[in-house]
Amino acid sequence: MSALLELKGVSKIYPSVIANDRVDLTIESGEIHAILGENGAGKSTLMKLIYGVSQPDTGQMRWQGQPVQIKSPAHARSLGIGMVFQHFSLFETLTVAQNISLAVKGNLGTLSRRIEEVADSFGMPLSPDTMVHSLSVGERQRVEIVRCILQEPKLLILDEPTSVLPPQGVQLLFATLKKLAARGCSILYISHKLEEIRALCDSATVLRDGKVVGTADPKRESAASLATMMIGHDIPVATHAEASTDGVIRLAVEDLSYEPEDPFGTTLKSVSMNAKAGEIVGIAGVSGNGQNELMRLISGETTLARTGKGVIMINQTVVNAMSAAKRRRLDFAFVPEERLGRGAVPDLSLGYNSLLTGHEHGLSRFGFIRFGRMQQRAQRCIAENDVRCGGDNARAGSLSGGNLQKFIVGREIGLSPSLLVLSQPTWGVDVGAAAAIRQSLIALRDSGVAVVIVSEELEELFEVTDRLHVMFEGHLSPSLDTRATDVNRIGEWMTGQFLSVASGPANASTGDGNELTADSATNGAGA
Amino acid sequence: MTGFKIIPRSQSSFLAQLLVPVAAIVLTLLAGSVFFTLLGKSPLASFYAFFIEPLTSRYGIGEVLLKMGPLLLIAQGLAIGFRARVWNIGAEGQLLLGAIAAGAIALQFELSDSVWLLPSMILAGTLAGAGWAAIAAFLRTRFNANEILVTFMLSSIALQLLYYLVSGPLRDPMGMSFPQSAMFGDAAMFSPLLSGTRVNTSLFLGLVATLLAWIFVQRSMPGYKLLVSGLAPGAAGYAGFAANRAVWLGLLIGGAAAGMAGVAEVAGPLGLLQRNISPGYGFAAIIVAFLGGLHPIGIVFAAFFMALIYVGGDMSLVSVGLPNASTTIFQGMLLVFYLACYLFVNHRIQRQVASGTVASAEVGGSDADHTGSGATGHA
Amino acid sequence: MLDSLVFVLAGTLAAATPLILAAMGELVVEKSGVLNLSIEGMMATGAATGFVVATQTDSTVAGFAMAALAAMLLSLIFAILALGFLASQVATGLAVGILGLGVSVLIGKDFEGTTIKPLEKVDLGFLSDLPLLGEVLFAQDVVVYLGIASVVLVSFVLNRTKLGLVIRAVGESPEAANSIGYPVLLVRTCAIAFGGAMAGLGGAHLTLSYTPLWAEGLVAGRGWIVVALVVFGTWQAPRIAIGAYLFGAVSLIELFVQGQGFAIPSQLMSAMPYIITIVVLAAISRNPRVVRLNYPASLGLPYLRSE
Repeated sequence: MSALLELKGVSKIYPSVIANDRVDLTIESGEIHAILGENGAGKSTLMKLIYGVSQPDTGQMRWQGQPVQIKSPAHARSLGIGMVFQHFSLFETLTVAQNISLAVKGNLGTLSRRIEEVADSFGMPLSPDTMVHSLSVGERQRVEIVRCILQEPKLLILDEPTSVLPPQGVQLLFATLKKLAARGCSILYISHKLEEIRALCDSATVLRDGKVVGTADPKRESAASLATMMIGHDIPVATHAEASTDGVIRLAVEDLSYEPEDPFGTTLKSVSMNAKAGEIVGIAGVSGNGQNELMRLISGETTLARTGKGVIMINQTVVNAMSAAKRRRLDFAFVPEERLGRGAVPDLSLGYNSLLTGHEHGLSRFGFIRFGRMQQRAQRCIAENDVRCGGDNARAGSLSGGNLQKFIVGREIGLSPSLLVLSQPTWGVDVGAAAAIRQSLIALRDSGVAVVIVSEELEELFEVTDRLHVMFEGHLSPSLDTRATDVNRIGEWMTGQFLSVASGPANASTGDGNELTADSATNGAGA
Repeated sequence: MTGFKIIPRSQSSFLAQLLVPVAAIVLTLLAGSVFFTLLGKSPLASFYAFFIEPLTSRYGIGEVLLKMGPLLLIAQGLAIGFRARVWNIGAEGQLLLGAIAAGAIALQFELSDSVWLLPSMILAGTLAGAGWAAIAAFLRTRFNANEILVTFMLSSIALQLLYYLVSGPLRDPMGMSFPQSAMFGDAAMFSPLLSGTRVNTSLFLGLVATLLAWIFVQRSMPGYKLLVSGLAPGAAGYAGFAANRAVWLGLLIGGAAAGMAGVAEVAGPLGLLQRNISPGYGFAAIIVAFLGGLHPIGIVFAAFFMALIYVGGDMSLVSVGLPNASTTIFQGMLLVFYLACYLFVNHRIQRQVASGTVASAEVGGSDADHTGSGATGHA
Repeated sequence: MLDSLVFVLAGTLAAATPLILAAMGELVVEKSGVLNLSIEGMMATGAATGFVVATQTDSTVAGFAMAALAAMLLSLIFAILALGFLASQVATGLAVGILGLGVSVLIGKDFEGTTIKPLEKVDLGFLSDLPLLGEVLFAQDVVVYLGIASVVLVSFVLNRTKLGLVIRAVGESPEAANSIGYPVLLVRTCAIAFGGAMAGLGGAHLTLSYTPLWAEGLVAGRGWIVVALVVFGTWQAPRIAIGAYLFGAVSLIELFVQGQGFAIPSQLMSAMPYIITIVVLAAISRNPRVVRLNYPASLGLPYLRSE
């Protein structure tokens, strides 16, 4: 019997890069097959080819033994290929059932019943009449999966599905996928997380720089051997020495409550935290639990004027009503989650983008732009941070995500802040560059800067932070000493368990002299 | 299967920025010849009447320069707002308010021969135009009301206000109940620039505005902040550039320029207040601003060309018998073709052939010849 | 007094009809994520075309049909520029609007100031003979009823059908709609064409029934009021219709007041629709939560299909 899907010598060439170079891939019926590779290795491009979003330039595809050209996602679906996207293809103002009906035939009534049936049989409760904007990120993923299952696919593609889930959610997802595979549905699982692939997948194809560099049975390989295959060389691991904080509080947030204007936003409930000179504080949690609102309040993009209460202090100054520009004058720098359109202006050159936050750092005088300095600043940032681009005249929008991130992080570090706050600092950045960014953050810490990192990647937080908070439904947990806690504890807190234990400081405190709990945070911030 | 694909450029093409208005004009002329033929007119004769004849006489050139003044002034002001995506489409109304304010002063001091009369009219008109636009800025920043709609509605209200004033409070008592004011005194008028023409010293207002706009847009931090607010509001918020300030600045500058243009009209060719003050300068200036690439220098050429269309339209009405709608149609076509061609500033077209080979057909300059930097030629 | 009431109420229905027709079209366009500001030009083109064709052929049906077609062709120029050439939708709307105004003057130049026999009122027997109610509700021309039907139909399609779901999905997130296989540009082009046809019908109702004559500048800003109405109605068909009747009433009261010779400057009454538009616009827009729940999230943004 022939394989379900077979790719032979498939290439996809973009103007500046060969995204897939003669890729061979075979997927058998009922197997869970991993595509492993770091960011930029060509995984996403390959998935788009299989799902018909784009077409290969050369090579052959066979579906159940027959040659096939997949012309569109609709065509792919008619063949029996379903896909769960990394950034969901859901519509916030429609209900769950309406969303699913856009891809599955049948009237809303019968569809709603089927949605409930399928969701229950896979142990993922889901209410068909809920508006999608009120769902958590994990629930949205369920909607996507149920949508695919209802199309009775022969092949289900999942692109980095666990990045939006707490550890317990990952277990539930894996159980669902195994159940699906047992029913004969093949699963193509894209990830760069080695442990997950070893726990779930029957076989793996490893991509590097657009080429297949090997296939393996992940259960027989060690994580280290898979990593070597994936990356091709050893990566520097960020060193993680003890913090030597001198105790000066750079950022203090006290009892912050805030209801956002956006009806789809998360309300913050009595959030308290601080960050001292010489330490890195992490905020873990699944996206959409209020991190974005908290970051905007700290950065000054929204001010705590009418709809909130509490105090935010940067370098001993209350900044509640202060604009983002004024906060920067307090030696504060910020790297937002979205690069295009927030951290950088896509249609302007890198030179002009260095002016965005640097205009009060010597790039303008008497209200006029100093072009020479502006170009120099951008060129230096490009050179020092190994930003691959066409020079300081290149449009920010033309850079790859990872390169633009390196530019933005480098630009902010270049302002020599005493407090640096970063949201998802290495998201979508390749492994080497991510390691470089983390290393520079630790170097910054050691030079006495207070650093705050919001991240979905627990590995990253454990690698670089000194203390960890967890965010859940607008609540912020007390902090834990990173070295004295483990992934399980954080995982439990990511589903809100800290809310029942927060009143017992002994539970959260780990004996570190600098440790702060919800109770002592207020006192510490006053120092 | 052969298909075409639109691909973003890594740097916006400076050459394309220069070629786009030229291409738009050429395409408008081509479409115009089809249009003339359909009307049963000889395209050549029509073109001559429209685009050449005005430039063959002293009077014609004077008329073109006369019309260029207000277009240049308004478009410079509007372009600054447009770069911040603040869509002031009510310059016509702001112009009328400027005219009314200047007119009111001129009529109040009808017999004055003070040298300060005209400057105070200019000041009052400028403030009145800015004030009219400020209503839209206030409603947008305070109530989030869409400025496109508000500025348009304010234009219509301004027109009714003018009608009311010239048929009531400001009507010439000796004027046989015509809806118009008395003539202004000499001290309230701009002095002539070229003998034998109607062009006057108010043209300098437009040229000074051009210089100021160039400095503001190309060199200054406030200009940069406005640009960022327009291109990426999220990035402006991140950098701490106040969004409300961009709205205020964009609307006030546009309103002030339009108000000043209104003064130039009533204290120039008209010399009084009447129902018809502007032949749609406020709307035509929107086209001028775009056709000039929202760039102060480009706008000078665009204003000249638009003025030519105005005068050519009038002249061809007489000499070739072209319908008076021709001017409006030409204006619309110009902007349509400009917007179509603008694609090539930030994108290129790639031809895809099924065999798998990729043929790149560069239009409007290749990636290798970029000398510009920002999307808007901010260099 | 009763006569005045009938005049105002019956006139309100008639005066609101061009606004309703064009606004239902624009609602569908905006729900698909496209902001087409050229309504004024499309209505003018429809008004002129409808008038000229009806005069020449003696058929109002032909007049309305050609009006819809002409305005639709104009809207396709908008679609090509805004969708195909990724041009700024605001600027494109202005450009096509100006073009439409020019074209309308050209089409109607030989008919300037002429009149036509207005569209006949329906006769619904005893219903039409009812005092007040009959004259107001049951003695209108057929297009008035079509306007009301269009509100019901557009509301039903947008909220209760798969087609409506697709339009709303494309308007909220074209990227997501594309990724699950919907042809975003096709959906938007069809919406724009529908919007153009409706604007054309609205324009034709002005010249063939409401005024009934052709004159340059006859649309008089109604196209812009239509755009404002869609915002007033927070993108919901029934609310938009209520707004349109409100405007119809205002313009009728203006006529009534002038007829009675009250000492109010006529210019103030003429400016009233615009003043009311501004006030209502500010009142509705101040609450971002209401707007956000019904606002098509991708409205006005260019969309380039990515691979």
